[in-house]
Amino acid sequence: MSSEDTDIHAEHGEHEGMDKKRIWKIFWILAAITTVEFIIALGIAPHLNGTAHAFINPAYIVLTLCKAYFIVAFFMHLKFEKAGLIMAIIVPILFIIGLILVLTNESHYWIDLRL
Amino acid sequence: MSTAVAQHVDEVKTTPWSGGRSPFNVEYGKMMMWFFLLSDAFTFSTLLISYGALRFSAPTWPAASLVFQSVPFTSINHAPLVFVGMMTFILIMSSVTMVLAVEAGHRNSKKEVITWMLFTILGGLMFLGCQAGEWTHLHSEGFWWGHVPTTEKLKEFFASVNGHLPPGDQQVRTAHQFANLFFTITGFHGFHVFSGVIINIIITINVLIGTYAKRGSYLMVEKVGLYWHFVDLVWVFVFTFFYLV
Repeated sequence: MSSEDTDIHAEHGEHEGMDKKRIWKIFWILAAITTVEFIIALGIAPHLNGTAHAFINPAYIVLTLCKAYFIVAFFMHLKFEKAGLIMAIIVPILFIIGLILVLTNESHYWIDLRL
Repeated sequence: MSTAVAQHVDEVKTTPWSGGRSPFNVEYGKMMMWFFLLSDAFTFSTLLISYGALRFSAPTWPAASLVFQSVPFTSINHAPLVFVGMMTFILIMSSVTMVLAVEAGHRNSKKEVITWMLFTILGGLMFLGCQAGEWTHLHSEGFWWGHVPTTEKLKEFFASVNGHLPPGDQQVRTAHQFANLFFTITGFHGFHVFSGVIINIIITINVLIGTYAKRGSYLMVEKVGLYWHFVDLVWVFVFTFFYLV
């Protein structure tokens, strides 16, 4: 790797894989996931009883995370960046899970205070 | 032996983490955009997670399918999710045109970059218009920061459990929380969309006057593209947690 190679890469970035065909493919995936969300919200959720209803929100969250993956990995191109950059962005995001756990726990305590 | 060691020490290292090369192999501004977006992701997370915590701790909550069932600008009234579905589609579509602008930039095709950037700006403006319509509609119903509809009207927004509506004081309290959180979070997101549109316009002007053609690289388009996709990404979460859950 000469320094010239590095400069060329730094200037243009690696744009492997994101041609027009791929861009539209990702669009259809995102549109399909959104459609599934609508079908669940309008067609399935209103007809479910208590126990089965508990699976609706986790399903939404999983579908949302799928959409987030496709946007970040392909539209924002993160999948094709160096492993170091991917780690620098993804690992700090994991700290959010900590906040979710702490505040969910806290909110259960708030319910007890109110009742 | 000793000469061999000396040579080994003096050798200029070329591996990414030994200095002299960028380990991330991205331009400085693009890397900083990523770190800015990381910090912005934390900001939005704190907002959405506090929304979640307040909602978890509430005994009842306004039903999304009852609050959001009108389509502003039309007389359609009992169609939950239709309007917000349109908004989601507009924003995803403008993300696609943005990534097409970036792709055209890689081919140094100035004309195509301009076309796709203009479509992206149009999408952003359409989204903002829809959001203004949504806010106006909710405001006309009586929701605003610190304001909720009258007790009579408020009943329409709660689903009954086993044939009973939640008690009136619970309705008023949770409707206040809902209104404050809704306007704060969608407002903060809308402000990001607004900033994104302004930045996109500035970049498009730069493309038009040939700044990046002269520079030989459309990397700036890629950088604002990152910001624009992030705005779309946040909307995906706002959509799920306000309209679906």
